[in-house]
Amino acid sequence: MKNAVGREIPDFLLVNGKEVYQGKNYMDGKYIQKASPRTRRYEKPQESKIVETLADALRQCGARDGMTFSFHHHLRDGDFVVNMVMKAAIEELGLKDLTIAATSLGNAHDPIADYIEQGKVIGIQTSGIRGRMGEVVSAGKLKTPAIIRSHGGRPRAIEGGEVHIDIAFVAAPTSDCVGNCRGIGGKSNCGSMGYAMTDAKYADHVVVVTDCLVDFPNMPASVEAIDVDAVVVVDSIGNPKKIASAAARISQNPRDLMMAENVAHVIASTPYFKEGFSFQTGVGGPSLAANLFLEKYMDERGIKMGWAIGGICGPMVELLKKGKVGKVIDVQDFDLDAVNSINQTPNHFEMSASQYANPANKGAFVNKLDFVVLAALEVDTDFNVNVLTGSDGVLRGAPGGHPDTAAGSKCCIIVTPLIRGRMATVCEHVVTVTTPGDCVDVVVTDYGIAVNPLRPDLIECLDKAGIKHVPIEELKEKAYSLVGRPDDLEWEDKVVAVLEARDGTILDVVRKIKPYTV
Amino acid sequence: MIPRPKPERFRLRRTMIFMSAQKPGLIKDAYIYGVDSIMLDLEDAVAENQKDAARFSLYHALKTIDYGDTEVIVRINGLDTPHWQEDIRVCVAGGADGIRIAKCESANDVRTVEAAVEAAEREFGVEVGRTLLMAALESPKGILNAYEICAASDRMFGVAISGGDFRKCMQTTFQRDGIDMVTARGMMLMAARAAGIQCFDTVFTNLDDAEGFEAEVRQNKAMGFDGKSLINPKQIRLVHEVFAPTEKEVIQAEKIVRAYREQSAAGVGVFTVDGKMIDIAFIPGAERTLRLARACGMYEGDLV
Amino acid sequence: MEILKPAMAGTLESSDAQVTVEPGEGGVTLELHSSVMNQYGRQIKATVLETLERLGVDNVRVTVVDKGALDCTLKARVECAVYRSCDMSQANIPWGGVIR
Repeated sequence: MKNAVGREIPDFLLVNGKEVYQGKNYMDGKYIQKASPRTRRYEKPQESKIVETLADALRQCGARDGMTFSFHHHLRDGDFVVNMVMKAAIEELGLKDLTIAATSLGNAHDPIADYIEQGKVIGIQTSGIRGRMGEVVSAGKLKTPAIIRSHGGRPRAIEGGEVHIDIAFVAAPTSDCVGNCRGIGGKSNCGSMGYAMTDAKYADHVVVVTDCLVDFPNMPASVEAIDVDAVVVVDSIGNPKKIASAAARISQNPRDLMMAENVAHVIASTPYFKEGFSFQTGVGGPSLAANLFLEKYMDERGIKMGWAIGGICGPMVELLKKGKVGKVIDVQDFDLDAVNSINQTPNHFEMSASQYANPANKGAFVNKLDFVVLAALEVDTDFNVNVLTGSDGVLRGAPGGHPDTAAGSKCCIIVTPLIRGRMATVCEHVVTVTTPGDCVDVVVTDYGIAVNPLRPDLIECLDKAGIKHVPIEELKEKAYSLVGRPDDLEWEDKVVAVLEARDGTILDVVRKIKPYTV
Repeated sequence: MIPRPKPERFRLRRTMIFMSAQKPGLIKDAYIYGVDSIMLDLEDAVAENQKDAARFSLYHALKTIDYGDTEVIVRINGLDTPHWQEDIRVCVAGGADGIRIAKCESANDVRTVEAAVEAAEREFGVEVGRTLLMAALESPKGILNAYEICAASDRMFGVAISGGDFRKCMQTTFQRDGIDMVTARGMMLMAARAAGIQCFDTVFTNLDDAEGFEAEVRQNKAMGFDGKSLINPKQIRLVHEVFAPTEKEVIQAEKIVRAYREQSAAGVGVFTVDGKMIDIAFIPGAERTLRLARACGMYEGDLV
Repeated sequence: MEILKPAMAGTLESSDAQVTVEPGEGGVTLELHSSVMNQYGRQIKATVLETLERLGVDNVRVTVVDKGALDCTLKARVECAVYRSCDMSQANIPWGGVIR
């Protein structure tokens, strides 16, 4: 069946109430029945929940074949925990047919590719999928289609019972002996633990994995002891250098700066840019540099940012400390400046993924967001964005909070170079739709700016401010004139991944790529 | 094939950026930075055993890439190498706007290159005289012969100094106040002005020293240079800012040109503007200011 | 043109292509590896074969390792490799003739 963005969704996926994507805000006003986990009662007092090994923890939680394990990705490319737990489950306990439901998976998780090839892991549910795992899933080696969800869609799916987590593994930079966790104070700090919170409340069992045991009580706790079954202390939960980079530096690349300046100019031309405005930005070169130019406009007009959300890094913390932004609400920290600021600097708060972006609750932060600046792997002439598959058709990205912030914000700006190597960013049809075009307002490239025709109000703003813009078709033609028009990718029938929209309907599918041979 | 407009001997050349002819990935979108000239390099940026490969890359880069309004100059290898003749053939055949003669020391060097360029223009059916020339002075002898070099050919549009090699010859090193190069710069400027062509200063290689770069650019402007050679796109913005006329200068220039045109139509050759005596000698400078202002987006009128 | 000995041009840097030509075994054999194989494999093959044909090379074994090079770069690398294989790459190249 064709959905609202023109993608063909195979009928075999439309079972158990699953529908195709039908546009923004389709589920507004409907009701959701929340699921309840089945949890053990620990009435008898125990001094400590510490168990010796991950294998012991798995056994204590009754780990069996066919279970779903969940993980968060606050340790990013420095994570050791997913690999350690899966190794214990598969090699020590001999379990198989497992599903991994992580908030995201990345380059740190190449060993999982082996387990997929061996048929031990048969299901993956995640936002991000990269590296060898991406290649293996694209090649059709995973037994069931991978399910890709945004940061807002995942808590919705868990709360509504679509995903049942048997055991949630919470990597914690610090924990006390009964499982009160925090993201700071240890040796592998990650700051916010927002992505772990929903799992801790809805999983049947929760195991905390930490490399830094601290005195009881570890307060204020991001994950609370009342939800935790067992605590395992390991030598290291991750590589600190890859968890939080040294302070993110603003790009010096003139191309990035040029695009960033245009982004700030566009923002300043809209009526939403007024005292108390709200803002979110990514951490890519031009996105981050936009902060710099935006500050200039803020100073010029004498206005302050009311609040900022998102993944947070140094430059945003700087603005907070300078008093130029009122509050920062943080679901993930990217660098040490941000890690050291959360819950320490006044008005730098933590939030859960559900508070951040869940479309099925009674109003997440993204609903009140004015501006979001995002990147893209591809954007097509309908303004659909792809942040999941490369233009070679292989899984290598993550929707993350992209679809959520785009849907919620008043002005969504995509900033991206027109071409990357020989890959055209602006194209005819994106390989995979991860953010539908009706949520994307402005595209800023190094060859020009395009505004979605669905936003005549923004077109008027840019015209009034003297900002030149062109139809998006022109950008596409320019891209193809530089790199040549690519051939259409060829696909086999097999579906290797299903892309859910944030409301749970199906936005697109990724099939097994049929590689070109000479 | 992107047909290129005919090269202009006198045009805006505030910024001239070097790019290796062997790096197509960088060349293809150099023009979006808004630089005035791109200098594709066959000389120092290309290894000795890759000169042949660089020529093939250069030919296709000249023929297929859209450079917009940006000028394309090629720096060929010195006359003391076995490469310069084939370099000239590929430049002319590819349609480069101009050729930069490295290590130029005498008018004879210019004439030698000019003869080879003319022969190549005939060989490849290019309009004779189309390809422009500029000289890079890199030695004391080159500086001493600056005037004869500048005046050696109608194709000569400008002269530049190459600081790295020059400082070595002069047994000195980079100085923050510019005293190491002041004589050479001054002599070259005088020669260029006497011959009526443009003059460009050398590259500033320390990309981390923003203060030093700005100081040198401001000194360049104060000495009267037309522009500067660059090695990195992040240097472009400052040079354009510093070389831009002030708003006061633009308003003044507008007044002068407008007044002159009105007055000379009425048969008057000398008049006053804001209490200053103005005659035809002031017009080229005022028109140049307005053209510069237009390039910087400061002037949108129709006087030039 | 006849391929007299093995020759190579280009690098493995991003946006470049490394082209190696060797004397053939009767006919044109192409081995292609590309970072953009699925989207541009067919076009790269066409560009390489067209260039060889233009140079009058009909007996060659050519290997291309492409890192996202544009057509103009592919042509330049194939042409240079062919001319190097005949030791003719340094002078008197027919610019605008078979090189276009």
